[in-house]
Order: sequence, then structure tokens, then C-alpha cells
Amino acid sequence: MGIEWKKKDLLGLETLSKEEIEMVLETAKSFKEVSTRDVKKVPALRGKTVVSLFFEDSTRTRASFELAAKRLSADTINIAAKGSSLSKGETILDMAKNMQAMNVNAIIVRHSSSGVPKLLAENLEAAVINAGDGCREHPTQALLDMFTIKEKLGEIKGKKVAIIGDILHSRVARSNIWGLTKLGAQVTVCGPSTLMPIGIEKLGVKVTHSLNECIAESDVLMLLRIQLERQRDKFLPSLREYAKEFGINKEKLKKAKKNVLIMHPGPTNRGLELSADVADGEYSVILDQVTNGIAIRMAILYLLLAGKAPTLALARSVSRPNPPSADKRRERLSTEGES
Amino acid sequence: MKPTQIMDKDAVNRAIMRLSHEILEKNKGIKDLCLIGIRTRGAIIADRIYACIKRIEGVDVPVGILDITLYRDDLTLISAQPVVRETQINFDITDKKVVLVDDVLFTGRTIRAALDALIDFGRPASIQLAVLIDRGHRELPIRAEYVGKNIPTSLDQNVKVMLEEIDGNDDKVIIEVRENGD
Repeated sequence: MGIEWKKKDLLGLETLSKEEIEMVLETAKSFKEVSTRDVKKVPALRGKTVVSLFFEDSTRTRASFELAAKRLSADTINIAAKGSSLSKGETILDMAKNMQAMNVNAIIVRHSSSGVPKLLAENLEAAVINAGDGCREHPTQALLDMFTIKEKLGEIKGKKVAIIGDILHSRVARSNIWGLTKLGAQVTVCGPSTLMPIGIEKLGVKVTHSLNECIAESDVLMLLRIQLERQRDKFLPSLREYAKEFGINKEKLKKAKKNVLIMHPGPTNRGLELSADVADGEYSVILDQVTNGIAIRMAILYLLLAGKAPTLALARSVSRPNPPSADKRRERLSTEGES
Repeated sequence: MKPTQIMDKDAVNRAIMRLSHEILEKNKGIKDLCLIGIRTRGAIIADRIYACIKRIEGVDVPVGILDITLYRDDLTLISAQPVVRETQINFDITDKKVVLVDDVLFTGRTIRAALDALIDFGRPASIQLAVLIDRGHRELPIRAEYVGKNIPTSLDQNVKVMLEEIDGNDDKVIIEVRENGD
């Protein structure tokens, strides 16, 4: 028998062991088959409730988590920051605690501040799944990337993976660096120096500013989205220059290895990080990544939620000390009525 | 108490051979027949029945593997989540005569889960059940059409089917006294 899953939450790959990562990838393999059936549903998480709290925009991750939960027969609700009671001044923690008071089993959270999932995890008994926090981690994306590499190349150990683009702002890059290096891949990060965090080599990666060198050496080219919403501080002289220096097109790919994989976490800026003919080309596994995302998220939900008693007990354990018993309340009501 | 061996390699082989003949006899040949083994040992026995049928009739019948973990009725009760393995059914089971294969029939709960899982894959014409060992103590209204050997047991006993393909040594079936909560 392999190891047992012990973690309550999935906060990042920094805190997962190599064995735990491998366990997720192995479990996901079994779940991939479920999505190919006519009836895409198994009863494993029947009766469990999953809430997603998204404080940042998302299409893929949110849909993927929701489909993953539904294919496991869990009930799901989505709360977006817009239109929620946050606008009335409620804090995130209060909001999450209210969700927990409704006896939900898992909370999936995305937030622009690093550490929000950790804050929730430390204060809640429900499982907390990080769906992206600030520039820190996006663990399910990295897991699905690793799953795709393993599926296409057979193994991760010894493979050369280049992560190209805006490393500074990328939580996808960080999660992938943690995960890939734990599984023995050789990771190189490549991008303009303004978008390269200082000290990134300490995570065990090679740093380069030469795209051609990356293309020639790598088994996997993982492109990152230029985060237009985070470019206010002029990290780049112009987007055109970025596309020219670091964008990938068919011409530049001629120097690549024969079976190179082109990956992108989405959403893609066509014509910026990669040209359309590369995005839709023979090396691109971008849509395989999306398909695999559901299997990975099913695996995570299964590992975190299956085989556990429902979180019903927690409402009692964290409730106020000595709530008045029903009898006392009735007594009080009746005396109040008399006076 | 020492484990007692109740079947050896030859006995297991003869039982599987007889099961194969019975399956063919009852279904009047192999038309629309398919075999689905329940992971792990049921899948191996299904493979062996497939090989027997091929020897007898000279034809390949489709064989699939079913993992019932996600359909278990005790998923919320056990402390750690069981390992999920892949289900491999690469053919359409709709209108087929499905023979479900498992090693030991006990409470019937595994078969209940397997039936639920199969229904998610299509609408078979019929589902039949073949097991190497029936040890009694059913908790659900389920019975097997084809039984290799009936073994009366008590609840504190464990019946273990050991097959060459995964357990290494020669095939055998043993009964041992269950250590707490196995």
C-alpha cells in the first residue's frame, strides 16, 4: 500500500511532499476515465457540499472545479466577490465562517492576496482548496501541468522544462517550480529581467534571458500569460517588443526538439506569448491541459473529502459556550410573557 | 489458528474451467457475451475465463475491468479514502450479456456497487455473476449464477484467494481467522 492522504487542505505544492504529489497524479489517472463516459458521474462525494469563493475573475478554473465536484456528485455553489456581502463590509473570514456554519465540506478560494487560503485553512474545519492566491501559488494548475507532462512524455524525472514569460507575477510558475523540482525535472525560467524575481534561483531553477537557448534545450515549453492587469508599473517597454523577444511562433520553434510540448495555463493572449499557429499547432497540448484539469480537481476533492465524517460536528465545537438550553429558553419566554 | 488451505492450484484451475463451460452453456455460446472483472482479483479471474473461452470456442469475448471504489456505500464511514484505480471498459455494454466476475462473494455489497457502476456505462441486456468462492453471509438480495466453490464460513474468518499473477506463488485459496477489523 502507498501512503495515506493526511492533509486537510490544498494550499500549495510547497507544502506537499513528492509522494503526495505522485499520489494526486496517480489518483487523477483513474478519474480521467470518468469524464469519457456517457454518464459522467460517480457517487463518491454524494451529500458533500463544495463552495467556491472567487474574488478574482476566472473561467477555466472555476468551471473546472465545479464540473469536477459535480462529476463526483457533490453539490456546488459559486460565490463571486461582486454581488456578495463583501460589499457591505463583511470580512472574508466572516464570510467563510458563515459558509462553514451552513455545513459545507470544502471551500475553494481564489484571491488576489497571497495567503488568503492559508488564513481560511487555519480558521476553518472545512477543507480549503487554493484556486490561486496572489502571486504565490496555484496548485491545481501545476498539478494538471505535471499530469499532462507525465501523460505525454511518460515521466517527469530528468525532463527539461522551461517556464517562459512573466515569472514575477506568476503563481502558476511558482507552483510548477515547487512541484517539478520535487519530481526531479530540470526547470529553467526565462523572461525579461524586469519580470524575473530576484533570488528565484534559490528555488532550484536555472535563470536565462535567452529564449532561443530555452527552445533548443527543452522538452517542455511552458508559456505564461502576460498579465495585462498587472502591467501598470511599466515592466515592459511595449507589448510588441515582448512579443518579438519572448513570444513563440512557428519560425522560432524550428530549433525545438522534435516532440516538444507547448503548454499554457490559459487564458492565452494570441499574438503575444504565442502565435495562433503555435497555439493550435501540433506541439500544443493546451486543450489537453484543460481536460486533465478536471481529473486533477476530482482527485483533489476526492482525497480531501472522501472517507471523512461530515463537518457537522464543527458547528457544535466552535459555537458559543453554554448556549441556553431549549428548556431554559422556553422558561424565559414564558416568564417574559407573564410580566 | 493456522490458515487452512481449501483449494490448490489445480482446484482453482478446474473451477475456472467449469465456470467457463457453464457460462457458455447457459448463454448458448458467445453471442453478445462480455466479461467484466472487478479489481483486483476478479479482473484476473475474468482474464482466465476469457482464455478458457478462447480455447473452447476459438473466439475473443470482450473483457473489461471495473473499479468499484467510487461506488462503495461506506466511503463516508471509513477513516482514510481507499485508493481509486482505473476502470477500463473499452466497449459498449448496452444490449450485451454481461458476466460480472469477482473472486469472493460475501456480503454482496461489492456487487451492489458494481451493478450501480455498470448501469452508468450503459443498459446491458442482462448481468450475470460469476465468483470463484461463495462464502455466504449475504447482507443484500444478491446471488451468483456461477460459483466455483461454496465454502461455509463464520464471520470471524477471512477467505483469501491468492493468484499467481499478483500474489507470486501458485494459486491457492485459504481461510484464516480475521485479525481485528481487517
